[in-house]
Amino acid sequence: MLAPRRLGAVIFRSDTVTADELARVTGWHLRREGLCREDRCVPFVARGSNAVPLADAARALGMPLVHDAKRGLWALGAESGGHALATATAPDLELPDATGRPFRLASLRGQKVLLVAWASW
Amino acid sequence: MWQALREELHPRGLEIVTVALDAAGVATAGPWIEKAGARHPSLIDREHALDARFGIVNVPSGVWIDERGTIVRPPEPAHPSRPAYKDRVVPPDATPEQRERIEVVRALTVENERYVAALRDWVAHGARSRYALSPDEVVRRSRPRPIGEAEAAAHFALGRALHEAGEHDDAVAHFREAHRLHPTNWTYRRDAWSLSTPDLYGTSWLDEVKREGVENYYPRLEMPE
Repeated sequence: MLAPRRLGAVIFRSDTVTADELARVTGWHLRREGLCREDRCVPFVARGSNAVPLADAARALGMPLVHDAKRGLWALGAESGGHALATATAPDLELPDATGRPFRLASLRGQKVLLVAWASW
Repeated sequence: MWQALREELHPRGLEIVTVALDAAGVATAGPWIEKAGARHPSLIDREHALDARFGIVNVPSGVWIDERGTIVRPPEPAHPSRPAYKDRVVPPDATPEQRERIEVVRALTVENERYVAALRDWVAHGARSRYALSPDEVVRRSRPRPIGEAEAAAHFALGRALHEAGEHDDAVAHFREAHRLHPTNWTYRRDAWSLSTPDLYGTSWLDEVKREGVENYYPRLEMPE
């Protein structure tokens, strides 16, 4: 697994993932009710063991799963359906600065924020 | 670029956070950040997380977030000043392609004055500003998320990972697929082109802008005059 936590699509080196790994990188937890994140659950039945087939998770979550057979990589996500902003609450975002130090957008609560996307290219 | 506006508006309660959508990370974005010498948070988003999380497809894009963490304007073109390319002159010895490119960039919609005036109004008046949108309107205006675009994000992630692993040819195949699935995501296109020679993609910025419509590259700001 290359990506430390879910931000957009996530890459895996296997077509199955443990429930713990899935929760850590996607925020979706395997529970009795199904796959749950925050207060939302989607139906999902685990097939016995703790290993979750990515294809099953992708189907349940409405996410694409793209397989690179040559390199043995799978990319899960991003999420689809509805709008990019499901609510007007700003997504929790943590990104590094140029020195690698992580910065959380939520640390600016209490101030107005203009978030600007730019690029060097 | 945003530094002057930040210094003007920071004492009035605004912080600016810039995020570089650079797959190559600090190697490409770092020198710009260093040169700007900004005092506001200047972050780097190698994975283009902002694309999927906020619905961003081009730069510069701005999102307004209030004191409670509620978005009051979803992504839209955000120019702090008039870009130099708007005033470029066609040199007498320009090739036809150079001439066309200059003419196209000059024709792009750039509304820096409207945008900055609206931003100042919101900083002064907060929720009472006529530019602050309701939560429902923010959601409605944010981009739809069709499955094809989600798949484009997956291909972009694979392209980025393979490029980083030195597998450039395989990376290009995934980047191409991301471009095919989400043709109006300019951040996928231009970042991938910047990682190798654009010739590999059999197209160019000029070709693609003309195909999608020069007027659609930066849509007009949907806000009161």
